[in-house]
Amino acid sequence: MMASTPHRERPYIFRKVKSDFIMAVTVAATLVTLTPLFLVLGYLLTKGAASVNWAFFTSLPKPVGETGGGMANAIVGTFEVVGLACLIGVPIGVGAGLYLAEHRGGQFAQAVRFAADVMMGIPSIVIGIFAYALVVRPMGGFSTMAGAIALAALMLPLVTRTTEEMVELVPHELREAALALGVPQWRTTLSVIVRTALSGIATGVILAVARISGETAPLLFTSFGNRFWSTSLSQPIATLTVQVYTYAISPFQDWQRQAWAGALVLTAIVLALELGVRWITGGTAKTAR
Amino acid sequence: MDNRRNSENGKIVMADKMLVRHLSAYFSKVPALKDINVNIADNQITAIIGPSGCGKSTLVRCLNRMHEVVPGAHAEGDVMLDGENIYAPGVDPVQVRRRIGMVFQKPTPFPTMSIEDNVAAGLTLSGVALSRAERGRIVEKSLRQAALWDEVKDRLRRAGASLSGGQQQRLCVARALAVEPEVLLMDEPCSALDPISTARIEELLHELKASYTIVIVTHNMQQAARTSDYTAFLYQGDLIEFGETKQIFTNPARRETEDYITGRFG
Repeated sequence: MMASTPHRERPYIFRKVKSDFIMAVTVAATLVTLTPLFLVLGYLLTKGAASVNWAFFTSLPKPVGETGGGMANAIVGTFEVVGLACLIGVPIGVGAGLYLAEHRGGQFAQAVRFAADVMMGIPSIVIGIFAYALVVRPMGGFSTMAGAIALAALMLPLVTRTTEEMVELVPHELREAALALGVPQWRTTLSVIVRTALSGIATGVILAVARISGETAPLLFTSFGNRFWSTSLSQPIATLTVQVYTYAISPFQDWQRQAWAGALVLTAIVLALELGVRWITGGTAKTAR
Repeated sequence: MDNRRNSENGKIVMADKMLVRHLSAYFSKVPALKDINVNIADNQITAIIGPSGCGKSTLVRCLNRMHEVVPGAHAEGDVMLDGENIYAPGVDPVQVRRRIGMVFQKPTPFPTMSIEDNVAAGLTLSGVALSRAERGRIVEKSLRQAALWDEVKDRLRRAGASLSGGQQQRLCVARALAVEPEVLLMDEPCSALDPISTARIEELLHELKASYTIVIVTHNMQQAARTSDYTAFLYQGDLIEFGETKQIFTNPARRETEDYITGRFG
């Protein structure tokens, strides 16, 4: 059998060594990739864990010079701004994504798709400037609303494109099966297509939420920050990211310590969201069938 | 000879459920069907045979206005259902599809729905309000008609996708029957199934014939010969021959038909 092979086979040992070598290279590359992640997490834990205490979650920032206090307002503020951004961004993004998936070839759809891709590449600080010009100036001051609009603009292209991709993964046959039963087009889209793609869409939304939760730049001149309790939509509001930024560049040791704690709490929140995604999709990034 | 034909003036008269007249179908500008004329007999099985790409599926999809769902596709001509043209302006394709059900080549249970939800889907998604009892009755009746009830009656809440391929296809038949259509279109319903499941579907066809008018597309000539009463042979978008199945398979009028059924091309 082997004699008929026209070219000479290298002995098994050569191929084995070559395979092991490539394997070693890829493992090394993986380790190098993972190292920064664990360094950041480890550093955050050692620096931040000591300053995370009950007061950190329950009390307001103390005036300059006094030690102690916490970031309760910033934690609530982060949830408020991000939640409001979702209220604006998710319906529009999912709607736009559905439109793109349903009108795949149309010229308008192509333009929207291109715009979404460009929007994804816009630096977040530019989005912040946009929200400043659009909301902060006309309203006459920094506000929760302005911050939420900036973050919504950031998540919009992400949600649009993932929704489109997830909906396109739904087999064409399912749509036809529903239509052939005499189900109206809109009902087919809503009850069959969206329902089938739902876990994928939810994944996209949560990933977008995780992404905007960590944004600082667009909030600097929109929601600005606040040292006091405020949940008003028309007033400046504290957020973890901006608070961490402010404290980290301050000359006070106590503030710097709290900045570490804030960074750790923020990371934990984002991590929890990502784990939530894993949980929803059942361990893998698998989505629509 | 056939007790389902109406006797009128001592002459045997066949009742036609659907009439296809001068039907042409296009994908963008490319013609897929050219000037088709076929009569679909009431409570009979009409088979559509022909080589791949001849327009079998397109023809059957034109019968319930599913052809136009494909982007860029359109059809010309008339298709009459009980004397009404389903291509007349103002006719709602959604209403047409409720009267003319369809089963596809690949089983397509809705993956997010349980077995019973799948069966009831055509009704619930069309906004029909059903009481629990009514719903249960329709689900059982449809599953019995599709010869699936005994296999799934203890796990109606399990996912439709958990069934085997052959069971899934019968689930799709039950789903189509639940909306109580008058005509059932089947587009190669057995091509993804094993021989045993295929036999079950064929048995089913014979049972359903009593209550429904059936049109079946198949690339399996034995299946057409076994199951159907009438056969249409399509080739490259043209209707070559149409007649009683027995005549088509034993004494075809056209040379192309004979060549195809004897396996000389196809």
